[in-house]
Amino acid sequence: MSYHVDKKGYYGQFGGAFIPEMLYPNVEELRQKYLSIMAAPDFKLEFKQLLKDYVGRPTPLYFAKRFSEKYNTKIYFKREDLCHTGAHKVNNTIGQILVAKHLGKSRIIAETGAGQHGVATATVCALAGLKCIVYMGEVDIARQAPNVARMKMLGAEVRAAKSGSKTLKDATNEAIRDWINHPEDTHYIIGSAVGPHPYPDMVSRFQSVVSEEIKWQLKAMESKENPNYVVACVGGGSNAAGAYYHFLDNTGVGLIAVEAAGKGVDSGESAATSVLGKEGIIHGSKTLLMQTTDGQITEPYSISAGLDYPGVGPMHAHLYTSKRAEFIPVTDDEAMTAGLELSQLEGIIPAIETAHAFAIFETKVFKPDDVVVVCLSGRGDKDLNTYIDYFKL
Amino acid sequence: MNRIQAKLKEDKKLISIYFSAGFPALNDTVEIIKNLEKSGVDMIEIGLPFSDPLADGPTIQQSSTKALKNGMHTELLFEQLRDIRKEVSIPLILMGYFNPMLQYGVEAFCEKCQAVGIDGFIIPDLPAEVYDEAYKTIFERYGLINIFLITPQTSDARIRYMDSISNGFIYMVSSTSTTGAQSEFGKKQQDYFKRVADLNLKSPQIVGFGISNNETFREATSHAKGAIIGSAFIKFLANKGVSKIPNFIVKIKA
Repeated sequence: MSYHVDKKGYYGQFGGAFIPEMLYPNVEELRQKYLSIMAAPDFKLEFKQLLKDYVGRPTPLYFAKRFSEKYNTKIYFKREDLCHTGAHKVNNTIGQILVAKHLGKSRIIAETGAGQHGVATATVCALAGLKCIVYMGEVDIARQAPNVARMKMLGAEVRAAKSGSKTLKDATNEAIRDWINHPEDTHYIIGSAVGPHPYPDMVSRFQSVVSEEIKWQLKAMESKENPNYVVACVGGGSNAAGAYYHFLDNTGVGLIAVEAAGKGVDSGESAATSVLGKEGIIHGSKTLLMQTTDGQITEPYSISAGLDYPGVGPMHAHLYTSKRAEFIPVTDDEAMTAGLELSQLEGIIPAIETAHAFAIFETKVFKPDDVVVVCLSGRGDKDLNTYIDYFKL
Repeated sequence: MNRIQAKLKEDKKLISIYFSAGFPALNDTVEIIKNLEKSGVDMIEIGLPFSDPLADGPTIQQSSTKALKNGMHTELLFEQLRDIRKEVSIPLILMGYFNPMLQYGVEAFCEKCQAVGIDGFIIPDLPAEVYDEAYKTIFERYGLINIFLITPQTSDARIRYMDSISNGFIYMVSSTSTTGAQSEFGKKQQDYFKRVADLNLKSPQIVGFGISNNETFREATSHAKGAIIGSAFIKFLANKGVSKIPNFIVKIKA
């Protein structure tokens, strides 16, 4: 059994491209061309070069001695927080901007929640000299002022999504509507492993550099290339897709997906999509999503703006239902505590999204000789205000 | 013969109206439908509101959101339509996004639609291939016609594919845009209407998106069988109310 995408764009029963006809030519063009574009030698060379010289890859695989001692197992951090712009998001935007250039597109659109993907997109648009428009929920614009300023400084136009709940889901709707209205010159850089096929697969492939590096780095440090477990937080699922990618079909490697439980899975204020979601369609993909019995998409909640997406990527929906990955919900409080602990044990302030992944060690017990790799997907600078408010710093 | 097919055989240009069920007020649905038929409308698209209408512009987004706030939901719509066929004989098409139908259960949904007298569906996010593979047999079992959307970007080959699996009309989206009113059609759109007309499809074409007045209606139907008006009608409903519907239709047909 493979956990990768099949020829029709599905992961098990999830995935596909449930798109309005207006998007068909663009999505179809991408579907037909993405693999050959990505496989072309000049593309690969340019992508690798940029990841190395511009993003700063490979990112370190760091053996966390104090953290390991505390939890009595061998814990490595994959330091995606050290990427340019502060998170793994840029791996994907570098890849997609090159795809956009190959497709001859001159205008880039993106959606963003917390602003990390928006910043990563604005960054590569500046790098490539392409026009950039980022859709962001009106509510998020107010919550994430520093990232809005960063995008503007990078030359992007930030447009407020004023429909629906005015957050990530609505920003994505607005980006899709923009694409419908600009079918010829525009490429849509989706920020996570979500959306219609081929996006989940394309984004996963660009992020797969994370697990590719883990393999050779671990080989050098532990004399084996496969860890016992890979742990990552999941909102839409792009950092998890990247960290799992080369281990997906190796069932000897345990995959742990950490979801935002908000104020508790049963509190009514949660973003634990796998547990609370039902199969349905969101943003062109058949996957698990939070919705009413009537099929209206509901608004999730998490203290981290990057995890409050009502759906989850189709790869992850498949990993959940097939039980290939273990999904663990972590509350706001548990994540914040873990973020503080990581800061004080290892001197690394993580993004609050990332902090969720570190909270599992309080409850999940590993063997002393297990090798556990945690994807440290982003740094916490953007979250300082939330940390300050929470801990009264 | 399905009511849609019978209507398409009539020797006239068809005027079709879209509205969001549950808007302006929750229980306006039946009144709106009756008024539209009395005003001489040929066909009605009843919008099943959705939280995330990707293909719609601001007007229909807002009417959808308002309808949901008013309390509209799938079962309630079926209830409102329970006796509609005692009073209304023109074709009724349900237009909505796929997720609410999936949650209801596609087969159960179709069964219910047949029972109340719905004649077909327009489902923007159900691609032709998926329909063909997974749902065509179910829709047809309940006598429901699926309407396909095409845009100026749709290739001739793809249009012919849709025509081959269509047993109703082809919904020609007038421009590359989300729904919403325009004041006139340019040469580009006229060329597109003509290009599609020249394909000599078996399915008649009805133009939608951007039709707001008598002028755009006439332009749209110069090469097509009919036209659909949505956003402009919803704006009218919001401003003038259900009782004034005949005034709107008279002006379009003038």
